[in-house]
Amino acid sequence: MAEKPKVAFYWCASCGGCDETVVDLAEAVLDVVAAVDIVFWPVAMDFKRKDVEAMPDDAILATFVNGAIRTTEQEEMAHLLRRKSKLLLAFGSCSHLGGIPGLANLFDRESILQAVYCESPSTVNEEGVLPSVRHNDNGHSVELPGFYETVRTLGQVVDVDFYIPGCPPTARILRTALQTLLGGELPPKGTVLAPDYALCEECPRKDSKPVNLSISQFKRPQEVLIDEEKCLLTQGLLCMGPATRGGCEAPCVQGNMPCTGCCGPTSRVRDQGGKILSSLASLLESKEEGEIDQALATIPDPAGSFYRYGLPSSLLRRRKLPDSNLEPPKVR
Amino acid sequence: MPDPKQGTLQEAWQEGAAKANTEYVRRRITIDPITRLEGHGKIDVFLDEAGKVERAYFQVPELRGFEKFVQGRPAEDMPQITSRICGVCPTAHHMAATKALDDLYHVDPPPAAKKIRELVYNTFMTEDHALHFYFLGGPDFVVGPEAPAAERNVLGVIAKVGVDVGKKVIAMRRRLRELIALAGGKVIHPVLGLPGGVAKRVTSEAQKQFREVAGEAVDFAQFTLQLFEDVVLKNSDYVSLILSDIYTHRTYYMGMVDDSNHVNFYDGSIRVVTPEGGEWKKFRPQEYLDNIAEHVEPWSYVKFCYLKPVGWKGFTEGADSGIYSVAPLARLNVADGMATPLAQQAYAQFCSVLGGKPVHHTLANHWARVVELIYAAERMKELADDPQITDPTVRILPTQKPTEGVGVVEAPRGSLIHHYWTDDRGVIEKANLIVATQGNAARIAMSVEKAAKGLISGTNIPEGVLNKVEMAFRAYDPCHGCATHSLPGSMPLLIRVRDQSGNTLAALRRDFNGSVHRD
Ligand code: SF4
Ligand code: SF4
Repeated sequence: MAEKPKVAFYWCASCGGCDETVVDLAEAVLDVVAAVDIVFWPVAMDFKRKDVEAMPDDAILATFVNGAIRTTEQEEMAHLLRRKSKLLLAFGSCSHLGGIPGLANLFDRESILQAVYCESPSTVNEEGVLPSVRHNDNGHSVELPGFYETVRTLGQVVDVDFYIPGCPPTARILRTALQTLLGGELPPKGTVLAPDYALCEECPRKDSKPVNLSISQFKRPQEVLIDEEKCLLTQGLLCMGPATRGGCEAPCVQGNMPCTGCCGPTSRVRDQGGKILSSLASLLESKEEGEIDQALATIPDPAGSFYRYGLPSSLLRRRKLPDSNLEPPKVR
Repeated sequence: MPDPKQGTLQEAWQEGAAKANTEYVRRRITIDPITRLEGHGKIDVFLDEAGKVERAYFQVPELRGFEKFVQGRPAEDMPQITSRICGVCPTAHHMAATKALDDLYHVDPPPAAKKIRELVYNTFMTEDHALHFYFLGGPDFVVGPEAPAAERNVLGVIAKVGVDVGKKVIAMRRRLRELIALAGGKVIHPVLGLPGGVAKRVTSEAQKQFREVAGEAVDFAQFTLQLFEDVVLKNSDYVSLILSDIYTHRTYYMGMVDDSNHVNFYDGSIRVVTPEGGEWKKFRPQEYLDNIAEHVEPWSYVKFCYLKPVGWKGFTEGADSGIYSVAPLARLNVADGMATPLAQQAYAQFCSVLGGKPVHHTLANHWARVVELIYAAERMKELADDPQITDPTVRILPTQKPTEGVGVVEAPRGSLIHHYWTDDRGVIEKANLIVATQGNAARIAMSVEKAAKGLISGTNIPEGVLNKVEMAFRAYDPCHGCATHSLPGSMPLLIRVRDQSGNTLAALRRDFNGSVHRD
């Protein structure tokens, strides 16, 4: 019997939600199992890595990697899996765009360590002890992986063939992506495996969005009783729908909350934040620059809201490091 | 970007110091659970020259720094941002954050909103506890701790209890998760929580679905208890394993209780009992800083919690050491009973069979989890049946200036604390998070060390040790890694005996598919 194609899963800096999606495929996963050999991949480097290294290059048909790249270990593993896999897929927002942990790029590593281990009000740490990569405890050398200053997407570290969007991708997006991969005819490299239109297109509230919508200021969700039928932008709420790729079927909107943009932009948009900014500006009642600024100032955290999931992959990428940090200790 | 592998001066110094130590050759064992959820647990075991275990380190090798990068974010986004701490228990973070927002904005949600939150929360607890019992911790008992590794997984459980039961488990899980999505938009990273209420009301159509599934969940929970009794309690070997010394620690316990001192997952006061079982203190969540502190070790990214007034005395147990424990066993130990009838029955049996409270046997967590499963399902049913659940008033708009807020829930793995400070606009200035696993971190470290000391000697590593050491921490269901990612097989592990220059003297590994190899 011919060997089934091998499929692997691997995780980097992630919350585990993407893997739960695989479990949530439930019965559908059986069809996949019938077609491929899942080298399900909760691998620690130590020994599985050896097995991977022993494989001929391109031995794995497709590897799905979720999570962003933060540690040296994750980077090395990404390179190895790239070599061994015909297709490498970034699976979920963290891997695709940087994800919520990518918001750490608004700060530097040192201030993160300080906040967690020294400034936290419940932490008692008079000596300022910080976890270190190599620690010598009474003659026992204990190691921890070090982490980079900057969170990166998988595509910023290795060549990626396809992207599966979402935080986490919905079971339906994953199922469709798997069908595409197994279907034989592959889309062009670099394709995001989800529909290429804005979320508004498939939003159940689409029809309540007037053609000439005009708003004068933005409201935060705790400031208004949210109507369960009306377009959220029409209600003055910051919904990322216009700047976000569809395919998820708008579960957040169905939960009566605005879309926060987890599926990233469509292929025609380079920068999701830039896109939502121009969409919002065009919706504003006033066309006066000063008044536009005033209205936009009602959004308390533009960077964190427009780039909630995509800071590392955006044009901004990260907050500029102060000079003293230009050559920071790379690993702690 | 500069090469990250290039070490700093400090690092080079450390490296030199480590090398200098090689004359004192210690043999070293590494047990590396292959699973890499947010910081999987890694265990380093050191032997002395006589081949006896001298020290074992339970490490959490990852840090993402949520406390820092939430600074500058609008407070109302916290329920959705912090849920990304964990994709396995996003609902717990979501709910703790939402409650912190109520406190921050000084707003009391309408009754229907509170009930909807608690309903969703208990639906989540039912699903999560069931998942743990059948897929993760359960295989050790249902299939048997000495069974071949390849069978000690959910498929092994299904083989033992029958395919129909297996299907029932999978279907139950899916339906419970569908309900969370129905009320919360998404099941992984829900969106319902807002200061002063929830985003969406429960329609009578949705209520019908909740009622139906809740009824089945109660039956399912009782069935699970029956299974536990038949398979575990009627097997004296298993019972003595639960009671055995290597899995026993005398520590403080912490958990949330309602006004009658019954277990409550969603709301109440935090109660702590001493290793002897008496009440040490009962305090409001807002008073946590007076009672809980965190200790830093340079060899782990996780911080270790302890009772502040008692103090950090190192990894030791007893009333003089501030180390405490959280999660199902701890919650049952701090409570005077359960608020629902079937769970109360199960609780009484638990206490009497194990010889009264507090129960110090780590493996009793599995049983305690089943008792809690019954409570979660019963509470879910009570709330689903409540006519007020469909009341359309589910929000109160906050009118006061935001300042500071604390929110606490009982996550499946223990007390979870979120604490935020904001400016006048409700933008986060500072956040403090104490996650459930931290409450058990010190006790897990002690459990693992005790198990390693009891079972490992020299380069001779018996195969069973892999699972025994693993069982010690799987009983806590540590969210930081391990257990949850081993679906659907057994947890792959590596034990390596080597000297400090890295020469491997012996190794034993178990693959994901359960096969064991000696290298
Ligand atoms: S993309 Fe979202 S669900 Fe997936 S790992 Fe990242 S935070 Fe978790
Ligand atoms: S509605 Fe927006 S935030 Fe929600 S899942 Fe879809 S793309 Fe992601």
